Amino acid sequence: MSNWFPENVSTFGGDVDSIFWLIFYITTVWFFITEGLLVYFAFRYRRKPGEKAAYVLGDTMTQLAWVLVPLAIIVVLDVLIDIRGAEVWAKIKGQPPPADVTVRAMGKQFNWEFTYPGPDGKFGTEDDLQTDNDLHIPAGKVIHVILTSKDVIHSFFLPHARLKQDVVPGREIPAWFQITKPGEYEIPCAELCGFGHSGMNGKLYAHSAEDYEKWRKERWPDGAQQTATKG
Amino acid sequence: MSNDTSRAPAGFWRSYVFSTDHKVIAKQYLSLGLFWALMGGATAYLIRWQIAHPDTEAPGWGFIAPDFYNMLVTMHGTIMVFFVAMPILLAAFGNFLIPLMIGAKDMAFPRLNMLSFWVFFLASVVLMASFFVPGGAAAAGWTGYPPLSAKMEYTGVGWGMNLWLLALALEFASFLLGGVNFLTTAMNMRAPGLTWFRLPVIVWMQLTAAVIFMLSVGPLIAGAVMLLMDRLIGTTFFLPEGGGEPLLWQHLFWFFGHPEVYVILLPGLGIVLDVISVFSRKPVFAYRPIIYSTIIAGFMSFIVWAHHQFISGIDPRLAMPFSITTIIISVPFAFVIFSMIATLWRASITFSAAMLFAVGSLGVFIFGGLTGIFNGSAPVDIYIHDTYFVVAHFHYTLFSVVFFGSFAGLYFWFPKMFGRMMNEALGKIHFWLTFIFFNAVFIPMHLVGLRGMMRRIANPMQYEFLKPLEPLNMFITLSAILLLLSQLFFVINFFMSLVRGKAAERNPWQANTLEWTTTSPPPHENFSTIPTVYRGPYEYSSPDAAADWLPQDRPLTASQAAGR
Repeated sequence: MSNWFPENVSTFGGDVDSIFWLIFYITTVWFFITEGLLVYFAFRYRRKPGEKAAYVLGDTMTQLAWVLVPLAIIVVLDVLIDIRGAEVWAKIKGQPPPADVTVRAMGKQFNWEFTYPGPDGKFGTEDDLQTDNDLHIPAGKVIHVILTSKDVIHSFFLPHARLKQDVVPGREIPAWFQITKPGEYEIPCAELCGFGHSGMNGKLYAHSAEDYEKWRKERWPDGAQQTATKG
Repeated sequence: MSNDTSRAPAGFWRSYVFSTDHKVIAKQYLSLGLFWALMGGATAYLIRWQIAHPDTEAPGWGFIAPDFYNMLVTMHGTIMVFFVAMPILLAAFGNFLIPLMIGAKDMAFPRLNMLSFWVFFLASVVLMASFFVPGGAAAAGWTGYPPLSAKMEYTGVGWGMNLWLLALALEFASFLLGGVNFLTTAMNMRAPGLTWFRLPVIVWMQLTAAVIFMLSVGPLIAGAVMLLMDRLIGTTFFLPEGGGEPLLWQHLFWFFGHPEVYVILLPGLGIVLDVISVFSRKPVFAYRPIIYSTIIAGFMSFIVWAHHQFISGIDPRLAMPFSITTIIISVPFAFVIFSMIATLWRASITFSAAMLFAVGSLGVFIFGGLTGIFNGSAPVDIYIHDTYFVVAHFHYTLFSVVFFGSFAGLYFWFPKMFGRMMNEALGKIHFWLTFIFFNAVFIPMHLVGLRGMMRRIANPMQYEFLKPLEPLNMFITLSAILLLLSQLFFVINFFMSLVRGKAAERNPWQANTLEWTTTSPPPHENFSTIPTVYRGPYEYSSPDAAADWLPQDRPLTASQAAGR
């Protein structure tokens, strides 16, 4: 069952998966209890000649207890799922850790346009760099992405990082992630955005520290002595 | 009631087309709903073909371009929710059953009833017309999120989108009229002795659904008008370049959209409960608490809507409150489910085709309820939102009530509707094929979703991480085609039984409720004399009676027979 998901390569992806598995184990138990009883009753209580069904109304507490006790257990489990879930939600969508690298990502029909602030660490200056669909970042660092849209709603999806965030025109929505393993990963759009929605797909290049420096030197030969771009 | 509706109308037009008889109107809704189900099935076939065999010719159709694909997914959702589920589960079953089950001659407002159908018919014509206008039908998803839906340049769809909005507005008007009629009828026209807590569960469910619908649809009608104005006269309610707010639409849509799920769900559950009780020869377990639970769930459905929007850009602090209400709403539904299972305990079960579909609906619905817990958890939703996991989940919940539930109802009430029995053997084959292929389609679909495959993409082969899913997608498509073909058993059975089915007696299932006390089919105005009711609807295997059933209108003692 480990290959039910794409390989997880982010710091918080494991937390999302752990909530999934928590719910999976709980619901699997309930699945077998409820469906098992259903199938068992269906066979056990088939009509037999001369036998009447029991006249059970379910209107006394002793009878209702058979339903209410499992219900109480469900409430407890619901609360458990939500308490554990709240931590993970806050980690991913709440206050992010300080950025090592900040980039802007703009969704537009039908590309992701990424903007890097360049060595001066500021957007809107001459050394900004724009790329279509290619996002180069250092692995192991906290990346902030400021999400905007030029036209319709898109959704920034990093399946391998378990991150998804809708991108809404007229807003700047922050997202963050930290990739644990260098490699190339896809950034599909997950919200229907027009006839080119299928195939709107960016690429995340998570470089090792040396490779990232090399990439930066190629882009900004003059200012590359400055280290990480601060957001 | 005016006098001219009290006599059976003469002539073809007044009897079959512009009829005020609730039974005829129910059959009109049923026919139109079944017609749209064919369209819904056809769109499903083309969608599945394109996913499994992208950019190849779909047999019987041809190539499916990406913009046409978007139209298909939009219309599939629109058709199945608004033009299949609503007319069949609410309008057809509600219209047919409410007057018969409460011992009334017709609806409170027969002409209004006729008007609701014809408004719905008009909505159908408008929706159908939208396929044929230049630019094609709506292609912004069945949820119609702006700005995509708000400007022609974003989709290339012009009047198709406007007609889509118009069709929905007409449909809502139709169901508002219908809901008023249902409520008025059930409040005022119950037979003597038929107290609120002697009503069959399906009647309660129809009424709760009508109330939820009326309370939730207003904001969406406002939203639809605003969206139409954005499109037609250049307002910018949902367009940020003019100070508008795209997310406003999502709030309005889902404030309606989530209650709408229960509007569809409740009548389906009502059918399943009724059928299970009859073929178990046992009272519905916890009848009153079930009614309370569904009313509570109905009202809770107004405070869960933002769970559709966890990652839409709303304040992240809103997610947990909505996650909590969402997971809590599982409690009243779990109560209903447990009560259904408890009804089977120590029962005396006969597996007719109707009962197979009812129990099948329950089994499938449980699965859908459990997968809902994943979606309701905000952190898990970050990953599975807008993937096929969600698609698989809501097909488990909706297919179970809309199709399994409706089939249970049709196999059960067909004799009362048409005066003939359906073929049981064909019905059972239909059930098993439907059950097997349904699961073959939608269980693997969860796995596809967990691998990250997004909804509404026309070609998964454009993504490296989705390429390994090709064999699984082919399997799903093959199963979907077989699922669709399995419905031929129903179509053949339906039409064959209409013409050649064994004549039905009044009460072929030995059921207790009032609709079975009159002839099959019932005459105009339903009852020769209005029945008097002495007890609840589910007195099966009661110690008071020698037989294992006890009709609601049968007096047990001399004093009951004399007075009441």
